[in-house]
Amino acid sequence: MAVLTREETEALIAEVLEVYPDKAKKDRAKHLAVNDQSVEQSKKCITSNRKSLPGVMTIRGCAYAGSKGVVWGPIKDMIHISHGPVGCGQYSRAGRRNYYVGTTGVDSFGTMNFTSDFQEKDIVFGGDKKLAKLIEEIEQLFPLHKGISVQSECPIGLIGDDIEAVSKKASAAIDKPVVPVRCEGFRGVSQSLGHHIANDTIRDWVLDKRDGKAYDSTPYDVAIIGDYNIGGDAWASRILLEEMGLRVVAQWSGDGTIAEMMNTPKVKLNLLHCYRSMNYISRHMEEKYGIPWMEYNFFGPTKIIESLRKIADFFDDSIREKCEQVIARYQPMMDEIIAKYKPRLQGKKVMLYVGGLRPRHVIGAYEDLGMEVVGTGYEFAHNDDYDRTIKEMGNATLLYDDITGFEFEEFVKRIKPDMVGSGIKEKYIFQKMGIPLRQMHSWDYSGPYHGYDGFAIFARDMDIALSNPVWHNMTPPWKKAEPEAAQKAA
Amino acid sequence: MAKLRQCAIYGKGGIGKSTTTQNLVAALAESGKKVMIVGCDPKADSTRLILHSKAQTTVMHLAAEAGSVEDLELEDVLSVGFGGIKCVESGGPEPGVGCAGRGVITAINFLEEEGAYDEDLDFVFYDVLGDVVCGGFAMPIRENKAQEIYIVCSGEMMAMYAANNISKGIVKYANSGGVRLAGLICNSRNTDREDELIMALAARLGTTMIHFVPRDNAVQHAEIRRMTVIEYDAKHKQADEYRQLAKKINDNTNFVIPTPIEMEELEELLMEFGIMEQEDESIIGKTAEELAASA
Repeated sequence: MAVLTREETEALIAEVLEVYPDKAKKDRAKHLAVNDQSVEQSKKCITSNRKSLPGVMTIRGCAYAGSKGVVWGPIKDMIHISHGPVGCGQYSRAGRRNYYVGTTGVDSFGTMNFTSDFQEKDIVFGGDKKLAKLIEEIEQLFPLHKGISVQSECPIGLIGDDIEAVSKKASAAIDKPVVPVRCEGFRGVSQSLGHHIANDTIRDWVLDKRDGKAYDSTPYDVAIIGDYNIGGDAWASRILLEEMGLRVVAQWSGDGTIAEMMNTPKVKLNLLHCYRSMNYISRHMEEKYGIPWMEYNFFGPTKIIESLRKIADFFDDSIREKCEQVIARYQPMMDEIIAKYKPRLQGKKVMLYVGGLRPRHVIGAYEDLGMEVVGTGYEFAHNDDYDRTIKEMGNATLLYDDITGFEFEEFVKRIKPDMVGSGIKEKYIFQKMGIPLRQMHSWDYSGPYHGYDGFAIFARDMDIALSNPVWHNMTPPWKKAEPEAAQKAA
Repeated sequence: MAKLRQCAIYGKGGIGKSTTTQNLVAALAESGKKVMIVGCDPKADSTRLILHSKAQTTVMHLAAEAGSVEDLELEDVLSVGFGGIKCVESGGPEPGVGCAGRGVITAINFLEEEGAYDEDLDFVFYDVLGDVVCGGFAMPIRENKAQEIYIVCSGEMMAMYAANNISKGIVKYANSGGVRLAGLICNSRNTDREDELIMALAARLGTTMIHFVPRDNAVQHAEIRRMTVIEYDAKHKQADEYRQLAKKINDNTNFVIPTPIEMEELEELLMEFGIMEQEDESIIGKTAEELAASA
């Protein structure tokens, strides 16, 4: 049951758009839609992956964020150089909580910041020499690293440094992969192009490096692709696959290694979690190596069971059997969680605004707890993401693409959800409005949320956010001011 | 002390900007003016005739050695040559790497911050790389920098195209700041009716040809010795030409916002002077075979 009827939601969109100048109104109208499950192709109702309007507060990132922050950064045994001035590396460092096992600074480097720290002279004279020197120093100081990626910041593209030539030469000198990534922040309209560029560099510089080499394979080899192990998500997913008899040969890129990436072309099936950021490389492996790929969703028991069975169906009866055993084994635990939390959360309404796959993937987990997602949207989706979203959302709910700060506040004021799931920039705006917000990028420093273990934590976290007594003790200033003003007037 | 006049010299690459500027500046210095040259070209050849050196050590080169531009002192980058002329080269990268435009910006900011212009100067001349390819090379004509622009040109088609394009750049900055076009300097290539042609172009741009510098081997003789004509052979008639140019610039008050012309108008002008042939539109896009068939 949506909060508003279709007509009311349409009227709400029109009302919110009213404040914009004509040109902006026309543009933003294309990015807002009322969900209709009967629509087969989202391009008929929503536009996505377009440049944000100047002047609005967009919540997007840049191509560098997509490559360094998302795709490459979590590969733990490589050193990722933020090539350019110091800020991009420093402010993207360790922020995404991509957990990993290893000794930081010795054989793993995930939370460290390596930067070429560009100065004026590097801009004027070019940074190629500095990059070569930096790689040489890395090799001396961190000899156990397994490779290097060069993540270009904006100035690299502006001054036209030849990072490919430096990388090739350095790679030969240190006998390890050195991957130049042209992910300058000004490219594309959001972080999405950065994912694509990063995928392409994996294809061109990494993936075929073990082609033709001997490999001891089994019929049950799979790879997890597009799980960034935020708060340990990939671990909570991996155990389920292993318990049902599959061999997880590689996981990208959370807690991942370059060796796993090179071995991925040997697997029987690629399991794709974040479609948006890693579909490119999955499609490439399908074309070049004939490896099928399958999307799955490990948020909440309903989707977990659906996905586990879909995965098992790709293999033989022994896997199907073990899959049912896994489902049966966790069912009591799930029943217990739902029995505990559903009565407390039943009927609560949520609005989401995140990136990647979460605006659609977490809907099932909320529904398992009796909650309803009444509005959802993506920072940097393409229309294939919305194609996948329409069926997950109820009729007459709200869809918003690259939402502006203004639109988001107005929609929340009118729809009055019980909770918002978004990021740190949105958190305090809505909490000051008296609405609990859970960060759905970082799991609010909690997690994991994937898998059965993750669902237990997810349910608890939603409950502590919604049931926090602070929301009942809060009287906003405008409500306080009213009686005083009335007294003064009298 | 009269107000400091800041002038920038632009023009097509290879037209003789640096040679003209240094001879002109030498003539100004000879007449008792205090002058500084700021070379804004990675080649760093804007001061060699004044300093008798191959190439002056540049601001950017010294900054790279010292670590950053903040580590430099003004005396590190400033050299004094013929007639007390102060010389600075901004410098920049080798061809094909880095960002030369940013080098110009950095160097000029440094000179301003260090007070290079506060002293008892009458003129500063910026000698700028041929084409204003990016924002960096427009730095000298932004607000509070050069107010007078002189364009060196000759009676050749591409030199005149360049002069017109530079005028377009000046218009952009003239509207937001005080920069003005101060005249065309014709550095002769001995083409027919060259003076008339440049005067006609100057009139269309709303300015004048401030001086016609004839071609003379004395300039090359002096250059081989890394000297200006003024210094090498002060009695030569070519030295007097530069003295006349210096005097005209010193007395110049004709500063305008240029009126750049459309390509068609420029082409008409060139055709009028026989530099460009009338275009035969019937042959455009025809292969040799087709033309043979139609003939």
